[in-house]
Amino acid sequence: MKLSPSTWVGIIMLGLFVLVVVFGPLLAPFEVELHAADLTNQFQHPSGDHWLGTDSQGVDTFSQLLWGARSALQLSLVVVAISATIGIVLGTVAGWYRGVVDEILMRIVDILMAFPGILLNIAIVAVVAKPGFWVMVAALCANGWVGYARVARGQVLGLRERDYVAAAVALGASNRRVMFRHLIPNLMGPALVQITFGFGTVIIVEASLSFLGIGQQVDYSWGAMLDQARSFMFKRDTDWVTLYTLVPGLAIMWVVLGANLLGDGLRDRLDPRQRGRG
Amino acid sequence: MSIGSFLLRRLGSGVLAIVGVSILVFLFLHLVPGDPIDHLAGGEATPAQRKQIEKCMGLDKSLPAQFAAFLGHVVDGSLGHQCPDPKGKPTVSDRIAEVVPYTFTLAVAGMLVAVIFALPLGVLAAIRRGSWIDTLATTVSLSGITIPQMMFAPLILFVFFIGLGWSPGPTETGWSGIILPALAIGTHLMAMLSRMTRSSMVEVLGDDYVRTARAKGLPEGRVLFVHALRNALLPVITIVGLQFGSLLSGAIIVEKVFARPGLGTTLLDAITERNYPVVQGSVLVIAAIYVVVNIGVDLAYGLADPRIRRA
Repeated sequence: MKLSPSTWVGIIMLGLFVLVVVFGPLLAPFEVELHAADLTNQFQHPSGDHWLGTDSQGVDTFSQLLWGARSALQLSLVVVAISATIGIVLGTVAGWYRGVVDEILMRIVDILMAFPGILLNIAIVAVVAKPGFWVMVAALCANGWVGYARVARGQVLGLRERDYVAAAVALGASNRRVMFRHLIPNLMGPALVQITFGFGTVIIVEASLSFLGIGQQVDYSWGAMLDQARSFMFKRDTDWVTLYTLVPGLAIMWVVLGANLLGDGLRDRLDPRQRGRG
Repeated sequence: MSIGSFLLRRLGSGVLAIVGVSILVFLFLHLVPGDPIDHLAGGEATPAQRKQIEKCMGLDKSLPAQFAAFLGHVVDGSLGHQCPDPKGKPTVSDRIAEVVPYTFTLAVAGMLVAVIFALPLGVLAAIRRGSWIDTLATTVSLSGITIPQMMFAPLILFVFFIGLGWSPGPTETGWSGIILPALAIGTHLMAMLSRMTRSSMVEVLGDDYVRTARAKGLPEGRVLFVHALRNALLPVITIVGLQFGSLLSGAIIVEKVFARPGLGTTLLDAITERNYPVVQGSVLVIAAIYVVVNIGVDLAYGLADPRIRRA
């Protein structure tokens, strides 16, 4: 498959991110848990020991960055996998059976779309007393599947008219076989594009939630780091605040940019009708 | 189909969506364990005070009765009572009405920033494809889409207020205080719109009627702005409408950074203090704004494209 240069840039950016996730915590020079707090070393500027300085607890910023990458990837992989599976299956079922099933599903989609996504996520996470990893997953999946369901349904509405689907039905294939053998494999292209963009979205939403102080309270998550920088904006020196804002912020941008470049490239390859749009 | 019956149908499905969201949030709040009275009354509440709050919130009634009471409060416009009753602002709609103007101003200002920058940039990039301005537009839109608000908002506040001293501080309430928050909230939308405008304009410029307009000797300005732009704007209007909602939710981060009151912040506070009536009320208001904006978008569509009006 021939890919455009910008698609390769996206692949390389995401590849580096995955490498950091896998090996980063092994290489992290310092511990990042709360017991590693070292109040004699607060707000350090970059030095030989602390490459990116330290935070308000005296914890090494570079180590936080590496561990934050892992927590961001873990959550987004699980969320995207679950919501894509739910969305693709529901969308396929709705598009294939039409009628009441379709009507009900599309109304649910309308309802979920009639409300700002992140506020719904906040509502779900915030009512649980001690939100852990799986509460975050549930909250992000609660409306995350909608986009995939729309893509899958739209594709199935077109695919169901194809000759090979008619042939499969004529040969006596069951509904299940038609959906899983003929429809879903053929809608995976556009779904994959959606998955790539969705990955970037989940990273941003997760960071937004931890920025707002909602969710698993991990100090080294990128959103929590940004929140820390914000809260010391008027209290600490310019260099420290700038650095501590840019480090997690640029990390988020790196991943989201990679996902967008790859998503654009895949869309041009896999979904030619969309070529040149958006 | 006439405009009237179209509106009626859209309103119907909109109301359905609002009721759906309300039921969802209602069930959700009441099914999740956790005692709201502990939060609202504080640790040292006497049993009598607890009883009072429980009665005020209607928690002593059954779930269906509570939902019916909520619907009643929607009809009478109060959206329910705040418990415990703070002085001066007894009803939920008072509390919401107080903050809605802030959120609305911010969202509209953000939208203006986005449209003012995005349209010229997108159109110029489409007309001068491959030129430096096209590259600029692509760079701007890619960075705007990827830059997280949690980084951009504090950075511009930091640079323009603390660093350069050009802008008023975050507590400034006048019109000049809205510039930075509007920039923070509008950048993402601006990026999306300029990208959308560019690709839509490129597509339209290749259409037959544009060639016809040029062939019959119309001035280039008229071809570009009357024939092409009007058609190219259709998908852009859709995005503008759909994204108005994301401005409302994006507002919550900008509100936090600039210490502004607003609908998102009110909802967030209400959730943490488990103030059910306020949560219910703000959810309802947000969903209603969404629905109204979307109907507005459909109408704007009709104005921009006579083909849709007739259909």
